[in-house]
Amino acid sequence: MTAATSISVRDLTLNFGAVSVLKTLNLDVAEGEFIVLLGPSGCGKSTLLNCLAGLLDPSDGQIWIKGQNVTWAEPSERGIGMVFQSYALYPQMTVRGNLSFGLKNAKMPQPEIEKRVARAAEILQIGPLLDRKPAALSGGQRQRVAIGRALVRDVDVFLFDEPLSNLDAKLRSELRVEIKRLHSRLKNTMVYVTHDQIEALTLADRIAVMRGGIIQQLAAPQEIYNRPTNLFVAGFIGSPSMNFLNGATVDGGRAFDFGGLRVDLSGYDGGAVGAREKAILGLRPEHLTITDTAEPGRTIPAIVEIDEPMGADSLVWLKSGDATISVRVPVERRPVHGAPVHLRVDIPKASIFDARTEQRI
Amino acid sequence: MADITSQIPASARTGATAIGSGPRGPKPRRRLSPGNIMLYGTLFVVSVYYLLPLWVMVMTSLKGMPEIRMGNIFAPPVEVTFQPWVKAWSEACTGLNCDGLSRGFWNSVKILIPSVFFSIIIASINGYALVNWRFKGSDVFFTILIFGSFIPYQIMLYPIVILLREMGIYGTLWGLVLVHTIFGMPILTLLFRNYFSSLPEELFKAARVDGAGFWGIYFRIMLPMSLPIFVVAIILQVTGIWNDFLFGVVYTKPELYPMTVQLNNIVNSVQGVKEYNVNMAATLLTGLVPLIVYFASGKLFVRGIAAGAVKG
Repeated sequence: MTAATSISVRDLTLNFGAVSVLKTLNLDVAEGEFIVLLGPSGCGKSTLLNCLAGLLDPSDGQIWIKGQNVTWAEPSERGIGMVFQSYALYPQMTVRGNLSFGLKNAKMPQPEIEKRVARAAEILQIGPLLDRKPAALSGGQRQRVAIGRALVRDVDVFLFDEPLSNLDAKLRSELRVEIKRLHSRLKNTMVYVTHDQIEALTLADRIAVMRGGIIQQLAAPQEIYNRPTNLFVAGFIGSPSMNFLNGATVDGGRAFDFGGLRVDLSGYDGGAVGAREKAILGLRPEHLTITDTAEPGRTIPAIVEIDEPMGADSLVWLKSGDATISVRVPVERRPVHGAPVHLRVDIPKASIFDARTEQRI
Repeated sequence: MADITSQIPASARTGATAIGSGPRGPKPRRRLSPGNIMLYGTLFVVSVYYLLPLWVMVMTSLKGMPEIRMGNIFAPPVEVTFQPWVKAWSEACTGLNCDGLSRGFWNSVKILIPSVFFSIIIASINGYALVNWRFKGSDVFFTILIFGSFIPYQIMLYPIVILLREMGIYGTLWGLVLVHTIFGMPILTLLFRNYFSSLPEELFKAARVDGAGFWGIYFRIMLPMSLPIFVVAIILQVTGIWNDFLFGVVYTKPELYPMTVQLNNIVNSVQGVKEYNVNMAATLLTGLVPLIVYFASGKLFVRGIAAGAVKG
């Protein structure tokens, strides 16, 4: 373990009765890093966060924070601050009371408490709200106070448990930017749980995509987006989601064949493809372009079915052989319905998966 | 867009004047519709039916004995006298004591206050621990506790006499307080457990991250949020313990009898003339405490019951 490691999770296992929620999970978070735990409900991401916070006792394994084994330490002794989805503000206390509750429990002298509360209020711009009760605050203000409660503790590690899920879309994107700004100002280690991939892609230094208590892929957002390690990550990340074409790799891995249509695989950014009887070609909607001219091996024929204009872009759905493919095009270049067109495939940005192992090749 | 906005009244679009103009208030109805006559007629008859006994009691308690012997029990008193009330409170005889209900009243108060206090404090801590600090076997513990509320009191009556005797508190007020505290435990624990489990779990987690311990969270987070359920528990316990007769007569001795037992002894004494006015006054005096508690906190009671019912 290096000095720059902030959080280190070693072989963490958690069982609820017969159900195994976390399976010998390992994770190292560097100091000042913003890690997002991303996954569908029930994948164990919140459970992992609760284990880091000390609110759940693991069945096996160890948790180290700042070079200390905190596996069995109390939440307040771990040097963490936590922000919850439902804000979890103490309703009977004012904002000031909420911010200073933890400091009073730590028997901090009153002048120091006031100094820290004032600083947090200044950073989060909640100064005028300090004497209000949580019931008199809007959702966005409440979440600011909840972040402030972690901030005053002056800790090394921030834990966020879906902090923006209860907010409406506009507020969510505002606070998202604010959290990012906060991180670049404070340079704390942050672990952030979400099921929203936009939050994950915009905020994270690295994303850990989880499923079934296992980290599927841990990498930078661009890496996850461009080179998903398996079929699950490929399908989970990206909206509109990736097109999957079922077929086979032929000619010793030089071409992909689906329903008699062929795509040349030269320039593929991955391992040696080889000939496989069952393979899946994954193409993101923006990595396909519609053209009028056929280029053998580079394009596939298709027929326009419907399109969904989305403001700047339009998502066009086409039929090619048996497969339905979605393509993202600029809205002014929407094709005519029912028109026969050709799709140029950007193979260097494509992903090929083995249909049996579901792993990227 | 234009055709949609045109359908909204101008006052609603400008916002500032939206409140105050336009139709407001309840839906207009005719006062004397056949439905209303039926409804209020029925309510009136039912309330007369329930209030009539109270009327008879109050009227009788304010009459002298000669007037009562004339028979007409519904008539208001010709000559109002408070003598029966004074006699019931401080002069009526039970056995050798002739200091009326006042002795029983103070006994009941001495039983009530510690019993209510201890049973609610212990049950609320039980409920809090069962929800938030789950330990191995906490579910089994809870099941056993709930099962306790299904066992008929009569089965335990004599074993408890032996237990209290062995502990040396049989026949004392503290023995009765202990019995009341224990017997209130199952239902009160259930009540508090359901209420606390309706509070968001993340609050408890946040308090733990903030470094509050078992008692810190109980006193500073949970208690201030639980006023309605405490009011419910207080009402249940005050009325239950005040109205108790069986435990009072079994576990105490005559000079420590609670008010209900003394009331029975005054009303059922077989010597001399039956003084109906004194009996009525004594009964009304005994029922006064639960009545006052209900009137004083009825609104909170309903709110607390509802809070537990919806979310628990």
